[in-house]
Amino acid sequence: MNLPPLDDEPARLAFEDALLQHDPAELFDRAPCGYVSTSPDGVIVAVNQTFLSWTGYTRTELVGNRSFQDLLSPGGRIYYDTHFGPMLAMQGTVREIAMELLRQDRGRIPVLVNAVMDAHPDDRPKVIRIAVFDATERRAYERELLRAKKAAEAAEHRAVTLARTLQATLIPPRPPDIPGLDVGACYRPSGKGDEVGGDFYDVFEIADGDWTAVIGDVAGKGAEAAVVTAAARYTLRAAAVRTTLPSNALITLNQVLLADHFERFCTAVFLRLRRHGPAWDIDMSSAGHLLPLLRRPDEPPRAIGQPGSLLGVLDALTLTDVALRLEPGDCLLLYTDGVTEARRGSEFYGEDRLLSALEHYRGMAANDLASALVAEIVDFQAGLPRDDIAVVAILVPSPEV
Amino acid sequence: MDVIRRHNVSVGGREKAQPVLFAHGFGCDQRMWRFVTPHFERDYKVVLFDLAGSGAADPAAYDPDKHCCLDGYADDVLELCREMELSDVVFVGHSVSAMIGVLASLRAPELFAHLILVGPSPRYINDEGYFGGFNESDIVELLDSLDSNYLGWSAAMAPVIMGNPDRPELGHELTDSFCRTDPEIARRFARVTFLSDNRSDLPKVTTPTLILQCRNDAIAPVEVGEYVQQAIPLSLLTFLDATGHCPHLSNPDATIKAIDAYLDHHQPT
Repeated sequence: MNLPPLDDEPARLAFEDALLQHDPAELFDRAPCGYVSTSPDGVIVAVNQTFLSWTGYTRTELVGNRSFQDLLSPGGRIYYDTHFGPMLAMQGTVREIAMELLRQDRGRIPVLVNAVMDAHPDDRPKVIRIAVFDATERRAYERELLRAKKAAEAAEHRAVTLARTLQATLIPPRPPDIPGLDVGACYRPSGKGDEVGGDFYDVFEIADGDWTAVIGDVAGKGAEAAVVTAAARYTLRAAAVRTTLPSNALITLNQVLLADHFERFCTAVFLRLRRHGPAWDIDMSSAGHLLPLLRRPDEPPRAIGQPGSLLGVLDALTLTDVALRLEPGDCLLLYTDGVTEARRGSEFYGEDRLLSALEHYRGMAANDLASALVAEIVDFQAGLPRDDIAVVAILVPSPEV
Repeated sequence: MDVIRRHNVSVGGREKAQPVLFAHGFGCDQRMWRFVTPHFERDYKVVLFDLAGSGAADPAAYDPDKHCCLDGYADDVLELCREMELSDVVFVGHSVSAMIGVLASLRAPELFAHLILVGPSPRYINDEGYFGGFNESDIVELLDSLDSNYLGWSAAMAPVIMGNPDRPELGHELTDSFCRTDPEIARRFARVTFLSDNRSDLPKVTTPTLILQCRNDAIAPVEVGEYVQQAIPLSLLTFLDATGHCPHLSNPDATIKAIDAYLDHHQPT
């Protein structure tokens, strides 16, 4: 014990006076918490003055006449019978249980309760000792916390719903049916799919036998990226109607991105597809995007086209239009960097794996091919992709034999 | 995953003897039975388990869709009996598990020899002409009290609480975690338990049944015990000299004697 120095007369007198005031009986009755002792069944056998003042009961109303459980709200009473009592019986102690006591005037007082069960030497329970702490303000604060937690959970749920809804507008549920062409697509958002990614693709008709296919990737994720993604998708749709040259459509998108100060760059491949008997004539241009892969029946798959500038960075672009004819049996694969940059540890999925997968999956319909590739890439990352993945497969069906 | 892991099943007593299956109630886990089960190990095969979402049951065994109502829990009991090849089962169910046992016996009466219902209630909320002991607002209040008491249940505690059979050093924490459950699951289970109404199932029970009723049970009052006895055709009601809702804790000896006396008189010799 640290006694005050003997030469500090006033401090020493104050200490001695306080020591004289210390009396265990007084401590029990006037402690700054409520004390209640009960039989193992809960019948109150002793109670201190603090508890009586808080609850408004007289000693005779409680001792021998009521159980501690009787002083609880009905919900708290169930909690006592299903949790508090069993815990006390099983482990001899419970701590920090939040309850509401019913006062004599039927008002309520929020409390925190600690309790111990004392046992006879043969383990038979002897007495339950309960300490009760007024927790009115703490409880109000905790309720606020709980409300805030619920609000946050609801907000998160809304945000996820919004992200998924938004994503659905950027990625068509399935490509349209095109006579004479088999087009399939598959998209997998990153992680758990609770954030809008920047990948987009689109396949739409300009005129009879004249179609456009687009795939692209806006830098970043989230609402801001989604705004640019939506703008890119609709700009390319509008541009496709006004121009026949793919690079022109990409230049229009570049102008829009710069003029509107989106400050996000974007990559895209734009394809014009025109039917020519059983074959299709393709004009395509890539703006900073991964080049499409071409797979012909008797050749190993390879990248085709010329790389071009990113969109949304500079006024001056270097873009090249490339023409090719897709014959029956040919396949063109468009994809985003979520495919080749998929990682397992420090290892990338990479273009080589993609080329061999494309070789391996010969004979599959476009949709099956797109789904199989995406599934393989998700597996490669142990089921939790770090980036979104988009794949569009365009197949010219072989003539029926 | 097998049922042993799914429901943290523990088996004791005589391997070849008639099985007694103990099912705990809302709130805690199979350890609730520990003062009662040693007695039965002499003559019976004693099987204990944790309900999905409780105690050390595998978290993956809890499915919000399946466990949206007591039928899902009854299915678990049947799966357990079938996977462990239990038959001629004496089912001892406390509190909500009493009704889970009733539902299980309706689906597969051939599996059960007896139902022993400890503090059963087919409906907790009062209804016209029926006294259950609670109003709807009382149940809402219970949910609140669960919410406020799970503030202390932090995400950090979850892995400890949800079972770590490979890490015995967590024994102490696990003792402290008795009666603690994922708050979201506890809340759902509380709703399923206290908002259920199984009154119409009782008359269909064909399994012989013993009802154990405590004095002063606030959760399943005497009126409710009497109601259950009148509704189940082949049933007996025994009053226990025990207070509260958990006679197996407050007076295990009386609980054992009552079950013994019933089984001694109602078993084929």
